[in-house]
Amino acid sequence: MTSTNLAFFSNDAIYACLVIFTIAFFAHTLEVSWSLKNVAENDKTQFDFSKMQRVGRIGTAMMILGFLVLTVAVVTRGMSAHRVPWGNMYEFSITGALMLTAAYLFAFAKYKVRWLGLPVSISVLLTLGTAITVLYRPSAPLVPALKSPWLAIHVLAAIISGGVFLVANLVAGTFLIMERYELKGGRPAWAQKIPTLESLDQLSYRLIAFVFPLWTFAIIAGAIWAESAWGKYWSWDPKETWAFITWVAYAAYLHARVTVGWRGRRAAWLCIFAGSTFLFNYIWVNIWGTGLHTYSGL
Amino acid sequence: MSTNRADLPDIGVIGLLRWAWRQLTSMRTALILLMLLGVAAIPGSLFPQRSQNPQKVDSYFRTDPTLAKWMDRIHLFNVYASPWFSAIYLLLFISLIGCVLPRTFHHLRAIGKKPPLTPRNLDRMEGFRVVATENELALAVAKKWLKKNHFRIRHEGNSLSAEKGYSRETGNLMFHLSLILILVGVALGGLFGMKGEAILNVGDRFINTPTSYDNITFGKFQGQGSLVPFSLTTTNFVATYDPVTSEPSNYVLTTKISNPIGSPAKTVIIKVNKPWTSGSTKVYLQANGYSPLVTVRDKTGQITFKGPVIFLPQDSNLSSLGAIKVPDMVPQIGFIASFIPTAGSSKARGIFSTYPEVLDPRLVLSAWQGNLGLDSGNPQSVYSLDTSKMTKIGLKALTLGSTYNFGTGSITFDGWKSWVNLQIVDDPGKMYALFGAIFAILGLLISLFTRQRRIWVKVGESVEIAGLAKNGIPGLEEELTALTRALEEVREESE
Repeated sequence: MTSTNLAFFSNDAIYACLVIFTIAFFAHTLEVSWSLKNVAENDKTQFDFSKMQRVGRIGTAMMILGFLVLTVAVVTRGMSAHRVPWGNMYEFSITGALMLTAAYLFAFAKYKVRWLGLPVSISVLLTLGTAITVLYRPSAPLVPALKSPWLAIHVLAAIISGGVFLVANLVAGTFLIMERYELKGGRPAWAQKIPTLESLDQLSYRLIAFVFPLWTFAIIAGAIWAESAWGKYWSWDPKETWAFITWVAYAAYLHARVTVGWRGRRAAWLCIFAGSTFLFNYIWVNIWGTGLHTYSGL
Repeated sequence: MSTNRADLPDIGVIGLLRWAWRQLTSMRTALILLMLLGVAAIPGSLFPQRSQNPQKVDSYFRTDPTLAKWMDRIHLFNVYASPWFSAIYLLLFISLIGCVLPRTFHHLRAIGKKPPLTPRNLDRMEGFRVVATENELALAVAKKWLKKNHFRIRHEGNSLSAEKGYSRETGNLMFHLSLILILVGVALGGLFGMKGEAILNVGDRFINTPTSYDNITFGKFQGQGSLVPFSLTTTNFVATYDPVTSEPSNYVLTTKISNPIGSPAKTVIIKVNKPWTSGSTKVYLQANGYSPLVTVRDKTGQITFKGPVIFLPQDSNLSSLGAIKVPDMVPQIGFIASFIPTAGSSKARGIFSTYPEVLDPRLVLSAWQGNLGLDSGNPQSVYSLDTSKMTKIGLKALTLGSTYNFGTGSITFDGWKSWVNLQIVDDPGKMYALFGAIFAILGLLISLFTRQRRIWVKVGESVEIAGLAKNGIPGLEEELTALTRALEEVREESE
C-alpha cells in the first residue's frame, strides 16, 4: 500500500471505531438501564442481573474490538508518514483515545469494573469524533524539531498518563455521584452494581499512584529533549508550566491521601481538579496557547 | 481577641523561632505551599513573559501603559523570577529540608534495627483473627512463612513481631532529597551559566567573544572571560520542505569549527536536535531565514551599499520583512522591503509567497528618502525603518538580477543567502538536575510500589494474628489470609 492509501485506510478504521464504540456505548447503557425492569414488584432491594450480564459482555467485546481496530488505525497512520503517529493534535487525540481504552481494559481485567465502560466509551467517542472532524490534518512528515527519538518516549509517556488520569477522573466523578445518592437515601436500581464508595475511592488512588511516576518521567523526558532541541531544559513555556501544575496537583493529592489522610469526597474533588489541569493543558494550550509546544497543526 | 497578652506563655525569642520552624516544617504547611506553588505558576502561562516573548510584553505597554506598568510592578511579566514566586518555592524547599533531613537521620539509624515489640492487645489491630492451629508449632511455622516472604522478625517470648517494606521510606527520602538536588542544579545553572544568540549569514565566521553576540547574558557569578575559545564558520545550510504542506522537514547546517581558535578546523554538522558540544557549552541551530543580496549605487554609478541584509520571516512560507539603510547617500535612502522566496499573486493579497524554498524570488521595495535618524543616539532596530523624517518616493517589485532606478540612484537585486540563528548556552548545573531527576523517579517508584506493613503472631491460650499497613495501603488482608492458611495447614497435616 502506498502512503496515501495507508492514510485513507487509517481514516476508515477511525470511522469504523466510531461505529464500534457507539455500539459499546449503547450496550453499556442498556446494561445499566435494564435492571430497572427487573426490579421485583414488592422487594425494592432484589434485582435480577442475568439479562444485564449478557448485554454487558457485548459491551466489553465491543470495547476490545474497538481497541484492536483503533490500534490498527493508529499504527497505519504512523506507517503512512513513516514515523510514530504523534506529530499533531489529531494524532495525539486518536492515540489518547487508544490509551484511554487500554487503561479501561487494564482496569477491567484487574478490578472487574465493567460499569466504567459507560463513561469511557462516551469519552472515547467524543475524542475520536472531535479528532476526525475538527482536528483532522493530512498525514505529513515531521517538522525538524520533532525529529528525535524522544518524540516516541516523551509523547507516549504523556499520552498514557493522560489516559489513566482520565479514567481516574471518571472513577472520582462516579464516586461523587454515588455518594450523593447514598446521602439522599440510597442508590437507584441502575447503580446497584457499581462498586462501593470505598472501592471507588481506592481505585482512583491506585490509578494515580500507578501513573504518577510515569507522568514525572514524561516531564523529565520532555526536559531532556528540550535541552537538545531548544537549548534549555526548562523554559516555563505554557505547556511546561501546565504540566508542572498538573504534577504539583497530583503530588498534593498523593500527600493529602498518604500523609494527611484525606479520603472520600475531598480526595475525589482534588483528583478531579488535578485531572482538569491536564485537560486544560491539552485543549487550551494546544489550540489557543503560544509558546514552543505548537504542534497541534491547527 | 479575648485572650489577654499576659495570658500567653512567655516563650522568648528562641521559643518563638522554634515555634515558627515547627509550623514551617509541618506537613500541613508543606502541602499548602505545594498547592500555592501550582497556583502561582498559572499567571506566567496567561501573560507573556519577558524571557520568552519580549515583543508581546512591549505590545502590552503600547496598548495600555498604565495597566502594563501596574502589572509589571507585581512582576506579572516575569513571574518565575519574581520575589513572590521565589518566596514560595524557597519556603517550600526549606520546609522540605526541615522535614526530610531529620527523617533521613532517623531512617539511617533504623537500619538493621529490629521491629518494635508486639502490642499487648492484638485485637485492636487491623485484620485481627484467632487461628485454629497447633499452638506449639505455630511460632515456628509463622517464622518460616514470614522469612520466606522477606519480613524482618523479632522473636520475644511467645510472640513474633515482623515488619517489611523499609525501602518505602528509603525511596520516599530519596525522592525528596533528589528534588533538592534538582533545585541545586537549577541554581548552579542560573548563577554560573551563560546564554547568548548570534545571527550569521552563511559564509560568516563567528568568534566566541561577548562582542560577537547579538545578545548575551551571564549568570551572576560568571565572568565574561569564561567563554570557550572557539571559532565557527558556517559553510552551508540546507532546508528541505514537504512539497504538499510546505512544512519544513529538515534543517542541516554545515560548519567548520576550530576549538581552540587556531587549531585545525573540523567539519561539524549541526541540526535542530543535534547541537555541537564542548564541555558544558552547546551550540544550537535555533532559527533561519533569508538575507537578500543587494547593491545600491548613486547617480554616478558608485557603489554606496552592497551585501546581504538579514530579513525576518513573517509566515510559514517565509515571506520575510526587513529594512535596507543607506546612510552614505545625500539625501539618505532607506527601503522597507519584503523578500518573497516563491512568488504568487492574487487580486486580494497582491504578491505573496507560495512556498518556503527560493524558486522564483521577488524583492518588493518601498523606497524612502530623507533622514534615517541613525545619528539621533536612540537605538534603532536593524529590521525596521524610522520613516518619521522621510518621504516615500516609490514602490517596486524586483525579479532576480533586475534593477530599480529611484531617481537619485539605483538598487539591484543580486541574489540571496540563508542566515541561521545560533544559540550558545553554557549550563554547568544541568548534570546535577539530570541526576536529581533520575534519582527522583527511582525513589518515587520504590516508595509507591513498596508496601510497608507489620504482622504480629501471639501464642497464648489461642493463636492470634494481626497486622498494620502503614498509610492504609491495601494488600495486608491477603497476606494475613495467606499466613492463616499456612498455620491451618499444619493442623490439617497433624490430624
